[in-house]
Amino acid sequence: MNAVASVVRTVEATPWVMPTLDYTLLAPILIVLGAGVVSVLFEAFLPRSARRPAQLTLVFVSLVAALIAVINLQGSRATAGQGALAIDGPGLILQGTVVVIAILGALLMAERGLDPSGDAFAARASSLPGSEDERQFTARGYFQTEIWAFFLFAVGGMMLFPVANDLLMMFVALEVMSLPLYLLAGMARRRRLLSQEAALKYFVLGAFSSAFFLYGAALLYGFSGSISFPEIATALSSKTGETGLVLVAIGLVVAGLLFKIGAVPFHQWVPDVYQGAPTPVTGFMAAAVKVAAFGALLRLLYVALGGMRWDWTPMLWVIAALTMLVGAILALTQTDMKRMIAYSSIAQAGFILVGVIAASPAGLAGAIFYVIAYSFTTIGVFAIISMVRDNNNGEATHLSKWAGLGRTSPFIASLFAIFMLALAGIPLTSGFIGKFSVFTAAISAGETWLVIVAVVASLIAAFFYMRVVVLMFFSEPTEATATVEIPSVFTTIALAAGATVTVLLGIFPQPLLDLILNAGVFIR
Amino acid sequence: MNPSNYVILSALLFGIGTLGVLTRRNAIVVFMSVELMLNAANLAFVAFARMNGNLDGQVVAFFVMVVAAAEVVVGLAIIVQIFRSRRSASIDEPNLLKY
Repeated sequence: MNAVASVVRTVEATPWVMPTLDYTLLAPILIVLGAGVVSVLFEAFLPRSARRPAQLTLVFVSLVAALIAVINLQGSRATAGQGALAIDGPGLILQGTVVVIAILGALLMAERGLDPSGDAFAARASSLPGSEDERQFTARGYFQTEIWAFFLFAVGGMMLFPVANDLLMMFVALEVMSLPLYLLAGMARRRRLLSQEAALKYFVLGAFSSAFFLYGAALLYGFSGSISFPEIATALSSKTGETGLVLVAIGLVVAGLLFKIGAVPFHQWVPDVYQGAPTPVTGFMAAAVKVAAFGALLRLLYVALGGMRWDWTPMLWVIAALTMLVGAILALTQTDMKRMIAYSSIAQAGFILVGVIAASPAGLAGAIFYVIAYSFTTIGVFAIISMVRDNNNGEATHLSKWAGLGRTSPFIASLFAIFMLALAGIPLTSGFIGKFSVFTAAISAGETWLVIVAVVASLIAAFFYMRVVVLMFFSEPTEATATVEIPSVFTTIALAAGATVTVLLGIFPQPLLDLILNAGVFIR
Repeated sequence: MNPSNYVILSALLFGIGTLGVLTRRNAIVVFMSVELMLNAANLAFVAFARMNGNLDGQVVAFFVMVVAAAEVVVGLAIIVQIFRSRRSASIDEPNLLKY
């Protein structure tokens, strides 16, 4: 009875204050989520033929507007929405990256020049695979334009994720980001059973992991009496005892985020979803979810759990080492291109975790640089995978079909080789600078053994990246060798942007490194 | 009654939900188990809200209900579509993607 009385008393004692939202700081997120709502209205009220031009205009205009709004906020360092969101330097850089990646991802999804029957998405996602309905919808040239509403909501969630400054906002952002992606993963035009299976696995495991995140959040709230990150940090440093409960809470919350990143042992969904989802969605998801989720993980660990550093470092140490080794070793055995890139993305997540474990401003900057470099390279990789087609005009994802591609299409094969070198971390590419900054940060934080594991994993990873290059350039083309379809201007721009950033960041990384270092650390 | 009993109950429900996800094979039952886990977290939030003497936990519980409803919409859409194309709601049966 006393507890209830005290709740009632505190509520009555505080006079009602109008919450301040600070719309300027929220502008980028509100633009994108508002565009998502408008996109749903377009689907409801526009005639079928007008939908695609209207949706594409809406998507690109809103994303560019959001990018301008993010750039306008440059230098801000404040909380918005009564402390629920922290708009600070690293948060804004990650938001800006998400928007740019979203523009490139939207270009890939808008492509219609590669598949003669249309785009990468099912004519009607509700029609049964292989049924008469499906054939008719395809023959009549129906297109699913609802993807753009899903896309915009997912981007809004991704922009919210790295700036979320309390447990509730982080959970909502996680779900707003994930739910549309589950659906997008199941909407491929070809190999629809695979695509639906990927959606089911992604959904079940994703919901399972967000339940873990939520229960961990409940325990953290129970311990600290607040859901806001700075107040949790204060409570953790002042209250001692009951550390067992706190450790369980941290484990559950971090596991929920590590799932989104695809770290071992929460990685099982990655290869299935990367392979089954439509390639443009895979490219967008692989790049943007990593940026958003690493932003959220960094903020949670550095701001809320910064005082518990000595408790979470050993746990993440083991996870990072396992992630790098398992990702690199399993990628060696793959025969499918998308699946191999999926395992490579697991290994890359391990390398970025090395920067997270450094728990220093240098580690933060290194991890952010690495994830930005990685996301642009990934967009480029999936742009090329969507262009390489077999005789039936389906994507030729089996590795054997890439043999001799360097002889038949030297330009595209060279671009792909550059991306592979960047992922392997060869000098003069962005991947080298990323690995270098992450590893030096970890060494100065005293994690030499982890860096040794990371270097060994890089060597194993370099082997399978090089194997693709050798396969393309040093084997003779066969009957089965795929052809490279010439895409429309959409994919061309995305591919050019991915390749330019990958090479530029390798040769002139300093401007971006300065930008990240000047952005400082997370607001507390 | 001591509110910490509700926290213990929520931990039990969360455990039952986790076991359900890991052992049951019907997608709908797995899905129900996930919902049970979310509601276990809700119960913990509300119990902790009373123990801490503030309303944050109750607010969280409302948001979680909304999110869980959205998750039901997305999840059932995917499961129904799988059921229509395979005539089965088992989550073991779709096994085209492996290794």
